[in-house]
Amino acid sequence: MDDLTLSERLRQRGVSRRGFMKFCAATASMMALPPLMIPKIAAALEKARRPSVIWLSFQECTGCTESLTRSHAPTIEGLIFDHISLDYHHTLQAAAGDGAEHAREAAMKENWGKYILVVDGSIPLGEGGNYSAIAGISNLDMLKEVAEGAAAVVSVGTCAAFGGLPMAKPNPTGAVAVSDIIKDKPIVNVPGCPPIPTVITGVLAHFLTFGRLPELDHLQRPKVFFGQSIHDRCYRRPFYERGQFAETFDDEGARKGWCLFKLGCKGPTTYNACATAKWNEGTSWPVEAGHGCIGCSEPRFWDAGGFYQALSVPHTKVGETILTAGAAGLAIGAAAAVLNRKRKAGAVENRETITVKDLTKES
Amino acid sequence: MDANELLAWARGPGFDIALIIFVAGMLLRLLEIVSLGKKPDLSAPRGSGVEGGLRTLLTRSLPRKAVFDREPLRIINGYVLHLGFFIVLFMYGPHIALFQSILGFGWPALPSGVIDAVGAITILSLIAALVFRLNNKVMRFLSTGGDYVAWVVTLLPVLTGYLAYNHLLLPYTMMLAVHLLSVELLMVVAPFSKLTHMFSFAMARWHQGYQAGRRGVES
Repeated sequence: MDDLTLSERLRQRGVSRRGFMKFCAATASMMALPPLMIPKIAAALEKARRPSVIWLSFQECTGCTESLTRSHAPTIEGLIFDHISLDYHHTLQAAAGDGAEHAREAAMKENWGKYILVVDGSIPLGEGGNYSAIAGISNLDMLKEVAEGAAAVVSVGTCAAFGGLPMAKPNPTGAVAVSDIIKDKPIVNVPGCPPIPTVITGVLAHFLTFGRLPELDHLQRPKVFFGQSIHDRCYRRPFYERGQFAETFDDEGARKGWCLFKLGCKGPTTYNACATAKWNEGTSWPVEAGHGCIGCSEPRFWDAGGFYQALSVPHTKVGETILTAGAAGLAIGAAAAVLNRKRKAGAVENRETITVKDLTKES
Repeated sequence: MDANELLAWARGPGFDIALIIFVAGMLLRLLEIVSLGKKPDLSAPRGSGVEGGLRTLLTRSLPRKAVFDREPLRIINGYVLHLGFFIVLFMYGPHIALFQSILGFGWPALPSGVIDAVGAITILSLIAALVFRLNNKVMRFLSTGGDYVAWVVTLLPVLTGYLAYNHLLLPYTMMLAVHLLSVELLMVVAPFSKLTHMFSFAMARWHQGYQAGRRGVES
């Protein structure tokens, strides 16, 4: 690990002062900070030493790593990634076996209490946590061990943040989120399947600049990125307001770019920055590509009904329920009819004639 | 249970339970009414029962002058309330999506701004209906607990829908879940309250109109 500051390293990499300031401005605007903060961010980042980051991958698909490394590799955000000291990451590190584990132990020892722990993937608790292990250490044990010396934990991806796909019913491995296990460390959730690369770099930039995590919402997500729903920031929102919806993926409405609500878009209940930050270096995002949001950054999105069922449509078999209920209603109704008729007949049969005398007699 | 879980329950098992009670309960109530039967009318008809029945189905939707003149505001409010409820229920895009999933066909939606305004008017109209009820001694005397329950379960879906759309009071996901639950409450209560009139009104009007038509009297 060298002792170059971020600015020295960027200069070494051929990044101009102008390029660096542009990044600082973009970071400030992304995090909804006032322009006055740009020089402060720049000053803090320039002086920042490379913080040690230990990245643990548990029950995951590596999609989060793919998202973060591949899609933004050529950008300045990618360089920022170079400027953290990523001391342990299964997929990216060259070392393997004992060497890799020693690197983790060494990084922990050297930076005890100061390193950032990034986790992607859920942690299985079933069968004593033996569903997933690295170097003979269960995910559960490794998480506890590494989290103990961490300054903060960043749960990257919906699996680490909320359990994600491994936790989907019937959750065979007993998967849980990081926050279900680690209770005594600041945790920031960066959900998404996968999460937006600029969101994770934004969180790290915030940590480097201010030395603390950004403001979080009730699900421990950075408010600046997860404060508004996809629906509220969607460029197709005017079509929703006008009641213009695509009915299929290739009808006139779809071609005209109308709202995808009826095709199952979960934008109204999904909080993420896709609509503004976009993907692939700001090229596009799912709704712009013509597909509704699947709500991948929300807890239990996998068990929230079909991706192509509108949010206002029940995710059960309504037709069958109506038929069953109809049959039951008719049967009970028929039984009630028979009973009522019997009662009526009985009442007629047992009717006592009342005379004027009965009404006037004194009891 | 967080908002997402509650929403998933309301869109799944919760809706199923409510739908079963609604459909079975409504059929039970209507069958009970029909199966009570009536005595055969042996007199010679003086007019057409069918004609009278059909006419009454329509004319009972129009105000009667004598009644209207006495309490015009209450009658107008009744129209506003019912029409408002119909418009928000049947003309809002997401609601149409629900009916489309059941019926297999849909219809064009109104702009959500219009629905929003109509929803607000409906809420005010429901409040006005309660004020009319409480301010009128006779109506207050005639009112039972069932009337107030029917009022509450009718108000809640409109109110929560309005709050959800406008992002008020609760986070959207939670308010949407509460909205669906309030609709489910309405579905559960409807067959066993005066809200049965959403279907039985046609039967009652037909019956009255048929009787009157056959006797050759106005109804």
